[in-house]
Amino acid sequence: METDLNSQDRKDLDKFIKFFALKTVQVIVQARLGEKICTRSSSSPTGSDWFNLAIKDIPEVTHEAKKALAGQLPAVGRSMCVEISLKTSEGDSMELEIWCLEMNEKCDKEIKVSYTVYNRLSLLLKSLLAITRVTPAYRLSRKQGHEYVILYRIYFGEVQLNGLGEGFQTVRVGTVGTPVGTITLSCAYRINLAFMSTRQFERTPPIMGIIIDHFVDRPYPSSSPMHPCNYRATGEDPGVAYPSVEDSQEVCTTSFSTSPPSQCVFTVTKAHFQTPTPVVTDTLRVPMAGLAFSHQLSSSRLSYQPAALGVGSADLAYPVVFAAGLNATHPHQLMVPGKEGGVPLAPSQPAHGAQADQERLATYTPSDGAHCAATPSSSEDTETVSNSSEGRASPRDVLETAFVRKVGAFVNKPINQVALTSLDIPFAMFAPKDLELEDTDPMVNPPDSPDPESPLQRSLHSDGSSGGSSGNTHDDFVMIDFKPAFSKDDILPMDLGTFYREFQNPPQLSSLSIDIGAQSMAEDLDSLPEKLAVHEKNVREFDAFVETLQ
Amino acid sequence: MNCRSEVLEVTVEGRQVEEAMLAVLHTVLLHRSTGKFHYKKEGTYSIGTVGTQDVDCDFIDFTYVRVSSDELDRALRKVVGEFKEGLGNSGGDGLGQMSEFYQKKKSRWPFSDECIPWEVWTVKVHVVALATEQERQICREKVGERLCEKVTNVVEVMNRHEYLPKMPTQSEVDNVFDTGLRDVQPYLYKISFQITDALGTSVTTTMRRLIKDTLAL
Repeated sequence: METDLNSQDRKDLDKFIKFFALKTVQVIVQARLGEKICTRSSSSPTGSDWFNLAIKDIPEVTHEAKKALAGQLPAVGRSMCVEISLKTSEGDSMELEIWCLEMNEKCDKEIKVSYTVYNRLSLLLKSLLAITRVTPAYRLSRKQGHEYVILYRIYFGEVQLNGLGEGFQTVRVGTVGTPVGTITLSCAYRINLAFMSTRQFERTPPIMGIIIDHFVDRPYPSSSPMHPCNYRATGEDPGVAYPSVEDSQEVCTTSFSTSPPSQCVFTVTKAHFQTPTPVVTDTLRVPMAGLAFSHQLSSSRLSYQPAALGVGSADLAYPVVFAAGLNATHPHQLMVPGKEGGVPLAPSQPAHGAQADQERLATYTPSDGAHCAATPSSSEDTETVSNSSEGRASPRDVLETAFVRKVGAFVNKPINQVALTSLDIPFAMFAPKDLELEDTDPMVNPPDSPDPESPLQRSLHSDGSSGGSSGNTHDDFVMIDFKPAFSKDDILPMDLGTFYREFQNPPQLSSLSIDIGAQSMAEDLDSLPEKLAVHEKNVREFDAFVETLQ
Repeated sequence: MNCRSEVLEVTVEGRQVEEAMLAVLHTVLLHRSTGKFHYKKEGTYSIGTVGTQDVDCDFIDFTYVRVSSDELDRALRKVVGEFKEGLGNSGGDGLGQMSEFYQKKKSRWPFSDECIPWEVWTVKVHVVALATEQERQICREKVGERLCEKVTNVVEVMNRHEYLPKMPTQSEVDNVFDTGLRDVQPYLYKISFQITDALGTSVTTTMRRLIKDTLAL
């Protein structure tokens, strides 16, 4: 319901609402650029700072907002919405927030337009400045970069909250009553940041490609993540370009990298993104509003630094999990298995485990393959299992490369079998200089080892125990035969390696066997009284035993 | 006219006290500051432009917006620093009665002008001691979340559009606004704080810090 506003007041009010809407969009988008915003106060009024606030105008954002408004103003049933979403480098996106500028029918007839409404709109903008820094998306946007970018989209019409997932929360920034209705600014933001990405990528792989000049020097200080990097998707025709290349170049002449409207999803400095059209289609969503309003879509990237991806990563379907809840302060907890640019948590563990397995393979003879295969547990470790099996396929090669035969103390081999070619021999000063001294010194020339050679030794010594140093002189790798100090080889004729291999897999304890484990806790508890009764019968024996100990 | 009062409580670690207090203070003053008034003829005036800047906290996962005024920031940091020192000496909790916005009512000589508060923000700070780095990391995040809630509370109160002093004439502007800063013009305010020790008793007397007092007699 409108009052009898004079034409000047009505004109002023419309202007205030229009510029308030534009400034609202600027504040929201700038708060999601990923960098700190700083504007200067000016004691002298410049006449161009609406609402007495220094809010810079990013031309592209203004352009998008004007396109979305298309000459209209927020009114009852016609809301201006700014959608903030996140898009990973693999192409998956998720809506984070919807900022809504709405108008309802509640009018304040007596309010002064040129003074009170204006000042309250100014206050509301200040509130918006504060609130945009406290929603979860702010922390995410500050950390955007290789793994993901933040996008914005402006649309006009009905508010669409479906993409925010279940249990989204809302915060009301504030309201301003006007003679034509009450302006309300609010934000609905996602709570559940868990993001299941199970899509099969239908685009031409690789989706994002590989940064060729990842480490190119940026024209601006690297502290700002907003700066685009040169990007070229592998396998893409370099000639494919978006029509608005000129726009993107123009965008980049400013220090902001927000992309221009719908044609370009990603903004590039010079080498524009070769993102294929399907990607653009995916990220541009046309709101299927029932009302026939003009919704000019612009899905613009605020910043993007694609990470180097493995080619095969596109085929893996793994959950991409963000820090859940409101505590979205660690977007790097994003699990993107297979990615090199990300900082995965869980995937790194099996990877390390696999690596450790392979390291163990390099150290010990994996005579028991089951030991290695038992380590991996997660689904991703199918790769690691295969890797470990491949490692097992040539353990001897690995072992050959790992061992260096050195002269060491207590070496249980005749000195003539020891290679003296290695310069970094331990206890070199104790190494025999000539054979005469060595022959007389039992410490240097102990009796020959009577033990049968292990398969390991056989593999490394094709000439058996013979073979002088000359044969090993040119060998890069020589077997080392450990004889632990004070080990007795007369009882158990084996060396440490043999001992370890033989006793590597002891039988499982009976208490840990499946049969025992199958017993329920209840059964165990049931058997306790009987056991206690037995022990009680033998109390005297136990007491006598205890007395003997005292 | 009743003075509206708002109370906020925060639980922080010792080194987070300053940033938490500054975050709340600056958020309040952001809403209670305007550009510099420039009066023209015929009672009209123009208002300067208020700039803003983001401030990242070092010990809290939090970013707040403050008015781009180094003078104002220095004044607040000085008070908050004194508050923190008092907290550190006493080892107890602190009760910071801050951001008391008032307006002066001129009185006739020899009576001094009367300061009539119209809005009081009280922040109760509970200081905890943490032993491990992991606890501190958790505290960083938790305090950040709490401050987000506090900022939301502040914004909610600010947008109730309750009583605000009327825009003064040129002769009355000093009774409503702090005109001593070069670049911005907050409403007249004063900050005071009180320290309570672990027993809950007041260790120090109320220490008043008048940012602007034209009646320094």
